[in-house]
Amino acid sequence: MNRFAELLDRLAYEPGRNNKLKLLVAYFRKTEDPDRGYALAALTGALSFKHAKPGLIRDLITERTDPVLFGLSYDYVGDLSETVALMWPKSSPSAASGGGEEGRASSPHNTPPSPTLTDVVTTLRTLGKTELPARLARWLDELDETGRWALLKLVTGAMRIGISARLAKTAAAALGNKDPHEIELMWPGLSPPYLELFAWLEGRSDKPVNRDPTPFRPVMLAHAIEDSDFAALDAADFSAEWKWDGIRVQAVSGRDERGHIQARLYSRTGEDITASFPDLVPSLHLPGAIDGELLVLRGGRVQTFNVLQQRLNRKVVSPKLIKEFPIHLRAYDLLGDDEADLRELTFVERRARLEAFVQKLNDPRIDLSPTIPFASWEELAAARADPKSAGAGDDADAVEGVMLKRRDAPYLPGRPKGPWWKWKRDPHIIDAVLMYAQRGHGKRSSYYSDYTFGVWAAGEDGEQLVPVGKAYFGFTDEELLQIDRFVRRNTTEKFGPVRHVVHEPDQGLVLEVAFEGLQRSPRHKSGVAMRFPRINRLRWDKPPREADRLETLERLLMTMTAN
Amino acid sequence: MRPQDILMPVAAGLCCKPGGFHIDPVRPVERALITHGHSDHARAGHGAVLATRETLDMMRLRYGDGFAGSVQAVAYGEEIRLGDVTAKFHPAGHVLGSAQIEVACKGIRIVASGDYKDVRDPTCAPFEVVPCDVFITEATFGLPVFRHGEAASEVKKLLASVSLFPERAHLVGAYSLGKAQRVIALLREAGYDAPIYLHGAMEKITSYYQERGIPLGELRAARGMKKADLAGTITLAPPSATSDVWTRRFPDPVTAFASGWMRVRARARQGGVELPLVISDHADWDGLTATIQATGAGEIWVTHGQEDALVHWCRTRGLAAQPLDLVGYGDEDESETTPAGEAGA
Ligand SMILES: [Zn+2]
Repeated sequence: MNRFAELLDRLAYEPGRNNKLKLLVAYFRKTEDPDRGYALAALTGALSFKHAKPGLIRDLITERTDPVLFGLSYDYVGDLSETVALMWPKSSPSAASGGGEEGRASSPHNTPPSPTLTDVVTTLRTLGKTELPARLARWLDELDETGRWALLKLVTGAMRIGISARLAKTAAAALGNKDPHEIELMWPGLSPPYLELFAWLEGRSDKPVNRDPTPFRPVMLAHAIEDSDFAALDAADFSAEWKWDGIRVQAVSGRDERGHIQARLYSRTGEDITASFPDLVPSLHLPGAIDGELLVLRGGRVQTFNVLQQRLNRKVVSPKLIKEFPIHLRAYDLLGDDEADLRELTFVERRARLEAFVQKLNDPRIDLSPTIPFASWEELAAARADPKSAGAGDDADAVEGVMLKRRDAPYLPGRPKGPWWKWKRDPHIIDAVLMYAQRGHGKRSSYYSDYTFGVWAAGEDGEQLVPVGKAYFGFTDEELLQIDRFVRRNTTEKFGPVRHVVHEPDQGLVLEVAFEGLQRSPRHKSGVAMRFPRINRLRWDKPPREADRLETLERLLMTMTAN
Repeated sequence: MRPQDILMPVAAGLCCKPGGFHIDPVRPVERALITHGHSDHARAGHGAVLATRETLDMMRLRYGDGFAGSVQAVAYGEEIRLGDVTAKFHPAGHVLGSAQIEVACKGIRIVASGDYKDVRDPTCAPFEVVPCDVFITEATFGLPVFRHGEAASEVKKLLASVSLFPERAHLVGAYSLGKAQRVIALLREAGYDAPIYLHGAMEKITSYYQERGIPLGELRAARGMKKADLAGTITLAPPSATSDVWTRRFPDPVTAFASGWMRVRARARQGGVELPLVISDHADWDGLTATIQATGAGEIWVTHGQEDALVHWCRTRGLAAQPLDLVGYGDEDESETTPAGEAGA
């Protein structure tokens, strides 16, 4: 654990990609199995165990330290895991060794050996909830400061170290001078601690083969296109289709050992969501892997995201729910066709295979995402501005924008820049007033970077601001500094990491907030919740009294749910 | 007589009326007793200065010969009579020549410890616990999150990075007085025997350490070196220089910083540090609390730093404690400026 902690610690500070790569390769080279395999899993987000709640960590430290000292320390450090890691009391003189050795054999008698990463990961998988606090405390006793920090980040699921899964795999590939793409292709069939992978990379065995009949394949994502990007792009190189406002999924079917068809539905992060959509499974009756969008269709018409929302996060999928919200898969791409892996083919070739596949499926629940014909960017801009008359017809309200895909591009996992672009419809915009600010995490922990904003509504005591959302991105670094300064100078009250910021009709900061959609939410005092809110602009010029009113949002909500 | 009749904080610093002197005054006074050579404690322009020989030498190096009207070198353990009080200097373990000043008057003993640390440092005399009635302690790292650990293991971390990135230069930000020489000495103890490079601002003070018999191995000026020749080397520089155009002469430098502040990630990141090294010349939380207990003092005055937490801790241990309102301390390196010829290329 200590060696993994040192790696995380060093990665967290190193800005250069090549240097990060070098650190990772060195770690994989000098660390033994299975520890390095679990490290690779941790870095690629492939570990799964129930995360510990921050409340549990708080309880542990409260039992062991003076609350005043903890409060002062937490306020100074700004991060719970780090505070606890640093001020965790030494349990015995021998417990807090500064060394970075993983080995337990070398530990002298009476010194508790510090847990290895393998110990931690395998224990957490099976540990009961009631046993967790005592076990965690024991590990914290045995580790040094950096080890405790890494452990707490790991168990709370808050490991943000600024490296992508792709980079970790690239480092593993470098160990055996392999092309990282090779690892990507075999990745779905591998599982931690990746003993076969490392054996192959070190030339000790053959390339691992995939035995899972329904593997998840890492998803390809698009970059948001900016106006300035078009100049360098030729419209003839791209195919366009609608970006549907549903849930991106991967529907995979394959034959198990006995030749029976198995089907799985994955979210774009690889989470198995088959159980939530049993009504789609019978439709996936041909072996293959479809990349598509889950939608609710009623009478052949695509419903808005608000309707689809009703089918999400349900514990029980009742026949009534299935009937009221009939699920549908709109196919964008074909990644596998029976035994064949299509990901190395070009988009045009895959699209032809997809059309044939969907036709062969011949199922009312699965259809093709139509392409949008266009000859120039101007024509496409017109289609995006008016999807209704450009082919989307009555489904236009469920169109979020336009997707651009290079005709000659293979299917690449992650978010490669260039082959795919998303061109969203203009977002909704309101002017809201900054009400509360909270310190951010990670490299923003010294800044107030999470903002709660509100709009005006009539209250018992006259006009008042009601919170309608929270945003923590969209602003530039320079704007972050400006808001942070504003928050510090205009704080009216402090509650731990949260500051109340002045918000009076003539005093306060107006934020122009952009968002993608709205929905009703009984959890919010205002009754509405925003999708993807972000700070679009700072309106230093605008007095808070001129910010928007709740009625504006309610009107918008009506138009969005009316159909 | 109460302790505050012997020593009390005034605008110029800690004032001893019955002895007719100030300790580490921040404004010019008639007679000053100075704990150590850092610029926030040792200022120029006093009438008379009493300090250890090393502290006086360091002041002369920084300010020139006329830095005070008169000077008197005081050895560790030597007792001097000043007015109604006696004063004695004891090693503080902070930097070369650093001292705690014990002031005794009518049976009351107060120790003004200046800056101190209670861990090993090959470049200065070790800290000595001085039993007293009132202990005046710094609180630079007066929060329980500050636990510095072994300096040797931090140096190991630096050497591991040097061997992992042989094509890059390692730039270690360190205060010019004390920290830089300690880091060099620790590198030598760890077996590193290649030449170590120095920023121009550190040359004078570092050769002074060598003159005083502290072995630091082969040192070279970074000035005038070819970029390619600095690959795989270690250079010590004042913290301010590591984010300066000065760094452009180094090949893809790894920026390290040796400081107790490096314990807190947000703090390290703010400074753009890539390799934080937790090496401190101030006592950490465990050091502060252990020292307070070891002095046997019943009353603790806490100055410059995180006073609140340490005062709270003292009170939970049944000790009378209060923050001492002294300003002007804590920026040890602020007055370091880049000498001509170092800036630019
Ligand atoms: Zn000092």
